[in-house]
Amino acid sequence: MNLKYNLLVGQDQGRPGARRVEMTPKCWMLRLFVLISSGLETSGGSGGGLQSTRSYDYTKYHPMDEIYRWMEDVERGNPELVSSAVYGHTVEGRNITLLKLGLDNSEGREKKLMWVDCGIHAREWIAPAFCQWFVKEIVHTYKTNEKLEQMLQNLDVYVTPVINVDGYTFTWANDSTRLWRKSRSLPLQGSNCYGVDLNRNFNANWGTVGVSFDSCANTYCGKSPGSEPEARAVMDFIGRRVNQTLCFLTIHSAGQLILLPYGHPEISAPNYNELVSVGEAAAAEMKKVHGMTYTVGTSPQILYPNSGSSRDWARLMGVPFSYTFELRDTGEFSHLLPEEQIQPACEEAYAGALSIITHVHDKTFSSAAVAAVTGVASASGVAVAILSTVVSALVTAGVSACD
Amino acid sequence: MGFGIIVFLAVIIGVLGSPGVTSRPEAAASADVSAHPNSVPETPEIFGQEKVLVLEEVEEDVMMTGELNPNQYPAQRAAKVVQHYLNTCYGSPYRVIGLNRVHSGNAQDVTDSGRKFQLEISVQDFISNKTEKCSAEVFFPSGGQQRSPQVHASCEELPKINTQAQEEALYQKYKTNQSRLSAELPDSFGHIDPDMEPLWHLGTVASSFIMLNESTENTLYNMAQVANITQLATENEQLKFDYHILLHEMVSQEIIHWKLLFTWSPPAGVKVLQMEQLPHSHHHEPLNTR
Repeated sequence: MNLKYNLLVGQDQGRPGARRVEMTPKCWMLRLFVLISSGLETSGGSGGGLQSTRSYDYTKYHPMDEIYRWMEDVERGNPELVSSAVYGHTVEGRNITLLKLGLDNSEGREKKLMWVDCGIHAREWIAPAFCQWFVKEIVHTYKTNEKLEQMLQNLDVYVTPVINVDGYTFTWANDSTRLWRKSRSLPLQGSNCYGVDLNRNFNANWGTVGVSFDSCANTYCGKSPGSEPEARAVMDFIGRRVNQTLCFLTIHSAGQLILLPYGHPEISAPNYNELVSVGEAAAAEMKKVHGMTYTVGTSPQILYPNSGSSRDWARLMGVPFSYTFELRDTGEFSHLLPEEQIQPACEEAYAGALSIITHVHDKTFSSAAVAAVTGVASASGVAVAILSTVVSALVTAGVSACD
Repeated sequence: MGFGIIVFLAVIIGVLGSPGVTSRPEAAASADVSAHPNSVPETPEIFGQEKVLVLEEVEEDVMMTGELNPNQYPAQRAAKVVQHYLNTCYGSPYRVIGLNRVHSGNAQDVTDSGRKFQLEISVQDFISNKTEKCSAEVFFPSGGQQRSPQVHASCEELPKINTQAQEEALYQKYKTNQSRLSAELPDSFGHIDPDMEPLWHLGTVASSFIMLNESTENTLYNMAQVANITQLATENEQLKFDYHILLHEMVSQEIIHWKLLFTWSPPAGVKVLQMEQLPHSHHHEPLNTR
């Protein structure tokens, strides 16, 4: 699978099934050569997969089919770091897919878990854009960032670029659907209104505050907690891994806020003070990037009371650090954030997310000496890079002869 | 002695170190909708360990009256109303005002009448990027009739930048025009054709009349999009427009459609002739066929 992909990448930038190659003896020999070299390639040096993630435009909004294809590309191009999993299906049967970013640790210790999800609300396009940016940033920098590499050896970061795939797809249908918020669950008996507000459907003080029981309303919380497959998928996945989960970040827009649990005005998290200080440290890091202010507080303090949010559910389950990020802006464009702002918005959000992840990591793991393996890895990486360049040149020449 | 210290430390770490929440089991399984929303949960039981006095983490209450926390929603919502007011007064195709920051606020109940806010805020001109400070008062009337808030505001130097030449040029450009102008400002990708920006700004300013009218202590309005623009015949030297506007109301998260008939000229500014709320489109949605 991997090999066929690498063979095609040099020609067609990684579009699956792009070309068929006639299997002459010359081709078989070339294939064998590629087989050996790509086995070495995947352990270091820049490969074709990395090239396709470098050519993806992270400063544009992408429809769902492009995001699915991008996830495949990222995984194929970085198998030592990235794997994927389908952990649920939407109402309309679409895959809910995550990317798991992590490195093997030499001691085979049990790894802890960070969770980042985007796109619970369909119209908040900057959120899936951020999840893609976040993955890209890690993929492109972990080899030269010792701290990041160390963290990835201790933690697996699970990123879901789009949770509400049906809703997101619907916002791309035509101009009149762009501002859809909810899922695309079927109307109730006697109604013709679709969708549930997935961020009111989680099993956390469900249905108590900040919701509507009118299925036509944009804060409709569903028929019961976890009634929606998209929310259910997250609860099932994290539910089985609560003990290892250190941090849960859920990304939204807009408002430039960092929200901590709980959405209920009369319930406080036991680690409220620490949640505030870690949140404020993140906001300070975000401000350094482009001068934007992000306000930190609980939802009832700085926005509005709400219940049934994914953030609240995670905290209630025992995940110590759980935050909602509300990204740019504060009302000039709201959910219709211009593409020119994708990069700055993602840069500052990345700084904030990394700040929280680093704090949580360092609190959990002692700052042991970073593996001296790094030095060895770079040297072998150079050797593989030279070899793979030579092979790529041969492959290019060779494959055209196979046509 | 050394061993004793280790045991002591182990007990402390064992008691305090676990990040797991063992509290509020009844809150977690709330399939029961009749659960009292105001129940205050009990102090956490730490199972199987020594009970240790844990300092209560006091969450800041929301200040509703008296000195307000400027970051909390009551001051923020009142300040947004000031933004809408300033746009109705000073807004133009080349001047749109946004709320930048709330510095301080104070709220009082006015017996049998409503609630009054005093605010110190900073606002920003989105086009020139200049910021300035304003002092404002917002009065939200209570009672059955949906009465609009009343606002007084004084700012350091509004208006600041002279936009007269640009406004005059725009006026001349559209004076003899009459047609449906392609709209969707911004489009799905947040883009606005530079030629259309002044008409987008005009939409924000005209919307501010609606948003000001509709605001209460429980709302936060922004204009989400201009969906459609029709220019009608110029009347009494005023350009005349029919706009279909989408407002976003933050607390309900609803998108509300309005039709706005208004006039504009450089000397007269924006004058709204008619405002009409349109029904929600999703009530008429055909069943999905996939």
